[in-house]
Amino acid sequence: MTIHDKKTLHVRTQILLTIGFIVGICILFYLAEENLNSYMIRIISLIGIFAIMAVSLTLINGVSGMLSLGHAGFIAIGAYVAALLTMSVQQKEASFILMGVAFPINTETLSNIPFFWATLAGGSVAALMAFVVGWPTMRLSGDYLAITSLGFAEIIRIFLLNWNRITNGSLGLKGIPSYTNIWWSWGWLLITLLVIGSFVKSSYGRALRAIRDDTIAAKAMGINVFKHQLTSFVLGGFFAGVSGSLYAHWLTSIDPKPTTLGIMLTFNILIMIVLGGLGSLSGAVIGAGLFAVLSEFLRFVESDMTFFGFTIAGISGMRMLVFSALFIIIMIFWQKGIMGRNELTWNGLYRVIGKLRKGENHGQ
Amino acid sequence: MKIEILLQHVINGLSLGLLYALIAVGYTMVYGILKLINFAHGEIFMMSTFFTFYAITLFGLPWWLGMLVGIAGAALLGMSVDQIAYKPLRAAPRISALITAIGVSMFLQSLAIVIFGGIPESFRTVFPDFFNKIYTIGGEVIVNRGREIVVNAIRIPSITIITFVVTLFTFFILWFILYRTKAGLAMRAVSMDTKAVALMGISVDQTIGLTFALGSALAAIGGILWVGKYPQVWPMIGFMPGLKAFVAAVIGGIGSVTGAIVGGILLGLIEILAVGLMPQMAGYRDAFAFILLILLLSFKPSGIMGKKELVKV
Repeated sequence: MTIHDKKTLHVRTQILLTIGFIVGICILFYLAEENLNSYMIRIISLIGIFAIMAVSLTLINGVSGMLSLGHAGFIAIGAYVAALLTMSVQQKEASFILMGVAFPINTETLSNIPFFWATLAGGSVAALMAFVVGWPTMRLSGDYLAITSLGFAEIIRIFLLNWNRITNGSLGLKGIPSYTNIWWSWGWLLITLLVIGSFVKSSYGRALRAIRDDTIAAKAMGINVFKHQLTSFVLGGFFAGVSGSLYAHWLTSIDPKPTTLGIMLTFNILIMIVLGGLGSLSGAVIGAGLFAVLSEFLRFVESDMTFFGFTIAGISGMRMLVFSALFIIIMIFWQKGIMGRNELTWNGLYRVIGKLRKGENHGQ
Repeated sequence: MKIEILLQHVINGLSLGLLYALIAVGYTMVYGILKLINFAHGEIFMMSTFFTFYAITLFGLPWWLGMLVGIAGAALLGMSVDQIAYKPLRAAPRISALITAIGVSMFLQSLAIVIFGGIPESFRTVFPDFFNKIYTIGGEVIVNRGREIVVNAIRIPSITIITFVVTLFTFFILWFILYRTKAGLAMRAVSMDTKAVALMGISVDQTIGLTFALGSALAAIGGILWVGKYPQVWPMIGFMPGLKAFVAAVIGGIGSVTGAIVGGILLGLIEILAVGLMPQMAGYRDAFAFILLILLLSFKPSGIMGKKELVKV
């Protein structure tokens, strides 16, 4: 180990680099919006939404070491709350054909609310629900949380399905204004990364990692396990709700089917964070990006294929089969995923570049 | 409420509860040994119904042989899932195995969608007629337009009687295997102390494989009775019963076989009675089990028969 390897960048340089990076991405997005077709732009905003989902689940599953399978439940809450707030009264009355709209929702005050505030409201309600679910279950070992959170997501879905006058039952909400674009989704991703990133870096994050690695030792050091885990669960729930709002305004129609906002969604997010590396925020973002791209790319396995003149009809469900097979293989052979528990940092990059340079020097 | 209606609900609840119990036993046995929630258990239940369905309809096997194929297929599938997916992760952190189990569950589900298609298939004509008879007890006979109709009677479908007989017989066999054979002794020993058992010259891996086979076979029996009761088979059939059976296992005290049976019966009774007493809540039926679970975990996390485990440092 030479001095060169240990060298780290000045904090001010790091902040400047980060700002430069963000500005660079903004310019890239501006160019993308000018030049790419609307399909590509939609995929880019979807990556941002997926990344928020993945980062918030990483906080719960990766950093805190709790296995929550109820993420889709929080996303669904955020989606429905925000969508009901941004839709216009006319739109609501047109789509609630089963039993009409219940009182507080059909008023002007609770309609046409700006997207930002609606998203914030969706996140807050989801956080509140996370608190309600987390309170009884956080006191127990991880296995119970897995099953309770899964059950909780299912309860949410059942309520959405049956609460006809508020959620429009099985028909779901249609005609949600399509507010979500690159700026909204990646802007919220930036906020998510700033908040969760600083949370993970704070004493709270250190305590959570200590609990993850050895709960009993952490307890012995005087860490309040219950308080810390509940805080991270509620924070993860909040950003899940935010991502739900963005997702609803991206899809423009939501319904309580298991494939839309149910167990399938939770599973997809799990694939992202396992791919990116359990416990790494930047890994979660990378995993989300890879998943979205791969998922679009794999559309071909579900479409009709022609081999030497024979046409094989596309099989639906093939994509999920490929993803779940990939998931099991990663879990068995490559548990660290892409990033493991490391983060992408300027210092890390600096060290890598330094090593590469040294290698070149040796080569000469 | 009339006593007949109450009795009717109790009978329906018991027959549903016994099915939950059959599935729950598999969960609790695997959890007792590996400390792993085998999320794929519900999918093995689903696969067994497909095996039976196609063995009878596609290969023209007699119904009883088709059922045996379903049970044997499920046992084999359970063992292979353990060998392929869980065995490499025995030494890994428990959360990794748990996440893998979810992956296996999703894999089997999408495999079923790809192979069998996502559209429900009717099971009504697959089993012989005596599965679909309905017996009535009591009640009054009313003649309406020349036809006799029985009202206010307790209606017992023959599948309910079959469920009672088969389940009780299966539980007897299970008891016999667990408490009267060497393999059962090994299973109980492994669930107490894996290391000590290995030192005694018992193959831990074989015992775990056997546990998976036994649990999966029980789930298959539950699955076949389930499609006799609700004659429809499709890839999502195992999801809800699987989750609820796990809830039943937790209610009974996870790790305890008797507890799983008691928990299953209790859950079935509560579910049917709750819907029976509050018909307007019927849409929320699937939510009861989980609300019950959250309440139970808040007040008595170790379940009815479970022991409170002390963690040693």
